[in-house]
Amino acid sequence: MTTASKPPISKAAYEFGFHDKEEALLKLPKGLSREVVNTISDLKSEPDWMRELRLRGLEHFLERPMPQWGGHLNDLDFDQIHYFVRATDRDEQSWDDVPDYIRDTYDKLGIPEAEKKGLLAGVGAQYDSEVVYHNIRKDLEEKGVIFMGADQGLQEHEDLFREHFARLIPVNDNKFAALNTAVWSGGSFIWVPEGVKVDVPLQAYFRINSEDMGQFERTIIIAEPGSEVHYVEGCTAPVYSSDSLHSAVVEIIVKPGAKVRYTTIQNWSNNVYNLVTKRAVAQEDAVMTWVDGNLGSKLTMKYPSVYLMGPGAHGEVLSLAFAGKGQHQDAGAKMVHAAPSTTSVINSKSLAIDGGRTSYRGLLKVYEGATDVRATVRCDALMLDDKSRSDTYPTMEIDEKRVSIGHEATVSKLGEEQLFYLMSRGLTEEQAAKMIVNGFVEPVIKELPMEYAVELNRLVELQMEGAIG
Amino acid sequence: MSTPLFEIDDLHVNVGNKPIVKGLSLRVDAGEVHAIMGPNGSGKSTLANALLGHPRYRVTDGDVRFKGESILKESPDKRARRGLFLAFQYPTDVPGVSMINFLRRAVSARRGQEIPVREFRQQLQAALTTLHMDEQFVRRYVNDGFSGGEKKRAEILQLGLLQPEMAIMDETDSGLDIDALRIVAEGINAFHGESNGILLITHYQRMLNYVHPDRVHVLAAGRIVRSGDFSLAEQLEAEGYDPILEEVAAAEGAIAS
Repeated sequence: MTTASKPPISKAAYEFGFHDKEEALLKLPKGLSREVVNTISDLKSEPDWMRELRLRGLEHFLERPMPQWGGHLNDLDFDQIHYFVRATDRDEQSWDDVPDYIRDTYDKLGIPEAEKKGLLAGVGAQYDSEVVYHNIRKDLEEKGVIFMGADQGLQEHEDLFREHFARLIPVNDNKFAALNTAVWSGGSFIWVPEGVKVDVPLQAYFRINSEDMGQFERTIIIAEPGSEVHYVEGCTAPVYSSDSLHSAVVEIIVKPGAKVRYTTIQNWSNNVYNLVTKRAVAQEDAVMTWVDGNLGSKLTMKYPSVYLMGPGAHGEVLSLAFAGKGQHQDAGAKMVHAAPSTTSVINSKSLAIDGGRTSYRGLLKVYEGATDVRATVRCDALMLDDKSRSDTYPTMEIDEKRVSIGHEATVSKLGEEQLFYLMSRGLTEEQAAKMIVNGFVEPVIKELPMEYAVELNRLVELQMEGAIG
Repeated sequence: MSTPLFEIDDLHVNVGNKPIVKGLSLRVDAGEVHAIMGPNGSGKSTLANALLGHPRYRVTDGDVRFKGESILKESPDKRARRGLFLAFQYPTDVPGVSMINFLRRAVSARRGQEIPVREFRQQLQAALTTLHMDEQFVRRYVNDGFSGGEKKRAEILQLGLLQPEMAIMDETDSGLDIDALRIVAEGINAFHGESNGILLITHYQRMLNYVHPDRVHVLAAGRIVRSGDFSLAEQLEAEGYDPILEEVAAAEGAIAS
């Protein structure tokens, strides 16, 4: 599978650091209150049950203390954030109808061009709080595939939306999921009918434009039995001196025999806190794969999970984290085996350079009675200098004896022997180091659509320049 | 007298603070094959690594000249681009990097410019054929999961593609069965010509039955203690290192007393 939009990966230091002049139609004042939550719900003309869920989310958010594990969150000031910014009052299905200044942004990111080439089955574009554009290939629409903004999903498919909203990730799951529930806006709503295979990816592109902005999209994907879909999301933001917050919630239901792959290339600017909750349920013989690339942000805390609920279900998390100066990538995965004969693979690669920090944090859980489970966890961390830091926090809770579990973790520094070997063949130290790093990330890179793979390799090389040698 | 291709002049090398190579001199002219034979711990691998500039091997005295120019201040990659090559005793694996990608980069580095794909493929195919290797081999990651014999063949494959002027072979015969040894030796012989020199570093004579040396040197305690022609290798094979080492010790004892 392939996409042809310009992947959200910088060619220069950070290519996506530009911002449009802010021409928001509506921007709620900074800070969070019942009034803010009610206003958001009013603006969206939502049913009462959603308003009530939002307010419950707010209560849980306010009650819960700031997490003191993972990354350093205490500098995050919730009073300094705009929780809702409306750029335009329409979600268009033609780029010609999208306001020019917003259209310009997406042109720079190469999105409309990729769509025109027919290499994407559908495109969604979120600008600050709301989806400003979405479209899906006609033949898929005719087969009944739903791909739209989450707000529109709630309006047009309320029963289906309600059935799945906050079910996998309840309102009180964690502080940031509660916050998302209170102020969520935008995101994607996807439903794939039984047996329908969406052959090329659906892509969503998330863009923060406003300063001091919080983006809280909510995505729901429902794959009916035997269906298949690949969803790709990219994220970028301007470089501002103050911090922004991105706190998304993603819930995915993979029904018997269905396959869902969810690929993220997160390349937020280095002033964005990225605190995301992602969870999927895989039923009998279903396959759920998270491919998670974390390159940008100031702090990311994200642990995509798969609950393997039916026999024969398979879950995979392939993740790549890259932490440069001032960045902390606290990322990982959770696999929960609740049915027999389920299998899972976690493969995590992280790179730390120039004082950056990466942490792998993972859980592998096998419930009693989940016999014949096969699971492997592999996490490898590579540090490119002495200033950088890497830690692993793997947790295993295995309550069943008849299982096969493999676990391997390595933390290494760029190897002197490998460098010498490659240099003895004429490669400069920098070329040698890049080659070693590219090899290190290869197992995850090869799972990405081609354009992303090429760009990701290039980014890794660029980030290394100057920091090596 | 013409400038020698490769010259080691009173070389001293430390590993940590420990002197391992202690005043070694040797000269290899273009077209020659030299063998350095020595028992375990005599400094063979230290010599090999130091000649390519491994950072952990510190040269404390002496000089190494390539076509008359000292190379000791140069980084390993610069030495390699000049035309120096080391076939490693224990080649390092580089997971995730395919042999073909690595080889193409290395050949381009050696030439000082990118080698065209078609030309590279032709050269690669020829080199693989010489070594009785399958094309699938170069799709694998560099030395990753290779058997001992595959690693040695991969080194000879690089020798053939990089066409160095001076090749140092560090125990290339170790760990090879007799068939693999013959194939590897054929690869070295196919490479060898009037314009290049070879230094074979080995513990055993058996490699020398296939790659015939012009000169044989015995290394002991970091120095060359005896040099001769091929008959010296045969003598070592028949008698072992002990008689020569004892003779040397006795002679040094006589000088000392």
